[in-house]
Amino acid sequence: MTRFRRYARDHAVPLALLSPAVLVILLVVLLPLLFSFYTSFSNYRLIRPDSLWDWVGFRNYARVLGDGDFWSAFGRTVLFLTVALNLEMLLGLGLALMVNRITWGQRTMRTIMMFPMMFSPILVGFQFKYLFNDTIGLVNNALQSLGLASEPIPFLVDRWLAFAAISFAEIWMSTSIFAILILAGLFAMPKDPIEAARVDGCSNWQVFRHITLPFLMPFIYIAMTIRSLDVARAYDIVDVMTGGGPAGRTELLWTLIARTAYDDARMGRANAMAYFSILLSIFFTWFFFRKLMAARRHLGAF
Amino acid sequence: MAEVTLRKIVKSYGALEVVHGIDLDIAHNEFVVLVGPSGCGKSTTLRMIAGLEEVSGGEIAIGGRVVNTLPPRARNISMVFQNYALYPHMTVRENLGFSLKIAGRPPAEIDKATDEAAAILGLADYMDRTPGELSGGQRQRVAMGRAIVRHPDVFLFDEPLSNLDAKLRTQMRVEIKKLHQKVKTTIVYVTHDQVEAMTLADRIVIMKDGHIVQTGTPLEVFERPANTFVATFIGSPPMNLVDGVVAGGAVRFAGDVSLPVPPAFRGRVQEGQRVTYGFRADNLMPAGHAMTGIGETAEIDLTIALAEPLGAETILLSELAGVEIQGKMYNPRPVAAGERLSCLLALDHAHLFDAETGASLRT
Repeated sequence: MTRFRRYARDHAVPLALLSPAVLVILLVVLLPLLFSFYTSFSNYRLIRPDSLWDWVGFRNYARVLGDGDFWSAFGRTVLFLTVALNLEMLLGLGLALMVNRITWGQRTMRTIMMFPMMFSPILVGFQFKYLFNDTIGLVNNALQSLGLASEPIPFLVDRWLAFAAISFAEIWMSTSIFAILILAGLFAMPKDPIEAARVDGCSNWQVFRHITLPFLMPFIYIAMTIRSLDVARAYDIVDVMTGGGPAGRTELLWTLIARTAYDDARMGRANAMAYFSILLSIFFTWFFFRKLMAARRHLGAF
Repeated sequence: MAEVTLRKIVKSYGALEVVHGIDLDIAHNEFVVLVGPSGCGKSTTLRMIAGLEEVSGGEIAIGGRVVNTLPPRARNISMVFQNYALYPHMTVRENLGFSLKIAGRPPAEIDKATDEAAAILGLADYMDRTPGELSGGQRQRVAMGRAIVRHPDVFLFDEPLSNLDAKLRTQMRVEIKKLHQKVKTTIVYVTHDQVEAMTLADRIVIMKDGHIVQTGTPLEVFERPANTFVATFIGSPPMNLVDGVVAGGAVRFAGDVSLPVPPAFRGRVQEGQRVTYGFRADNLMPAGHAMTGIGETAEIDLTIALAEPLGAETILLSELAGVEIQGKMYNPRPVAAGERLSCLLALDHAHLFDAETGASLRT
């Protein structure tokens, strides 16, 4: 105790200055976190506040682990992450490479490229919901008017079509994040190794494959890290477009968690699910961050 | 056989022309140095030979084959860049073997070729390091190794030593010279450093403002500069140049000083012609320090403004007709500022240039 007192006396000013920040973190982050962690071990239901004290041990976790709906939402989220991140990366890479070649009006092009990011995901969701609607949707109307489809295609009803439609919206909105970060990489890239590779006998494709791409990998991994966190918590677009339905066919982790928490009012169970899905986010972040570090070490000279 | 021929090579960026119709023949296995101040078009010319810059006009041929429209990889050249341009994500071994790997050679052959290049350049101990872990000189060696590993028809060097410190530069200069003796190949070397040009070249090409000013062996351009630009650019310290008027077998300067017309120029100048008199510091020395057999001399009395002792010799700064000139004292002794010395000028090594155009009056 005396040691603590002496430390407090010696560092009184820094401690006093730090205390508001510490206090805010305690109140805003740590307390809710502890509370939610506690509730995941209780039978807490929003409509019966006294159930907060109903300690059930690991029952919520056990139920979640044995819940087929949870695992299919989990799997769908992983699939969604994989599809969206990879397609966004490829499209963003292509976009960045093309924009990098523009010599006139590149600034304007870069600004235009950012437009999709300026809309709220909810509005993007509504936009695509109406585009893909099977009776009044633009896509279905166009397909039928052009004679490419004889009857409406159930874009938001069929299991895989709905998944594709949601992915499409997500990719439309966020490809520019990859494009911008990769473009930054292209701007930072030294020209000399590219010229050396051309003299060394590389075709344009080989220059890209052996020189440009390795240099861009750290930038791609940064985008991957940011986007994996983003997509792992995907909720708004899905909720607006399909609401996780029909019949849970497009349910992702967070739509399921929100439904469990607010529609079914099972806060304890929902929190148990949330802790599982946070593990998923942490895994992806860790994975890409490690890749990023390796890629940067690889490029040591820069 | 890989001779390089440039015919009326022009490079322009839009309306701006930077290289104005250069003609140059480089023989098989010749070491040619393009030298000139920055912005003279020497690097651009080299990059056109490499295929990294488009040729705006004229014709480039390597080994008798016109290569104007061929991409760099189809020209069988290799190039050493100013900033080394190593592949940062590859080890030294991978850097060296990269071109062979791209060419699809078998691994055994690649290993043999890289080991050979590493042995020539003393890189054997660094093969598994990445460029980031190497010093400037080592990176430079890797860059050269990468160039020699393929046995190209032509080596192109783009100011390869300008990023090294002075000591290392001297050392690498010797290594490049040795390399050329070991690996006989046509070399085109670009530099702005006249010492590099003098020491390395079989033939020097001096460029200025997109034109070739003079081409010749190092001694030719040193001893018979085509104009005042070459005279001051080649050789250190730069040649002393003093303006004057021809008057009765001598050149009269301001302040009533005169020097005889150098022997090589007698009969080539007219009475009253305005000329620039040029001589190197090496050929102006205090009377007692002259070597024997320096031919015809002229005597000038000079007031020494400053002496710069270099050990083996001392550079003397003085003034002739209001122009600062430099001479050399070959057996140094302390010289005080303001001391008057009687000096000898070796006339066989003096030059006359046209005062207007700066062109040598030798021809």
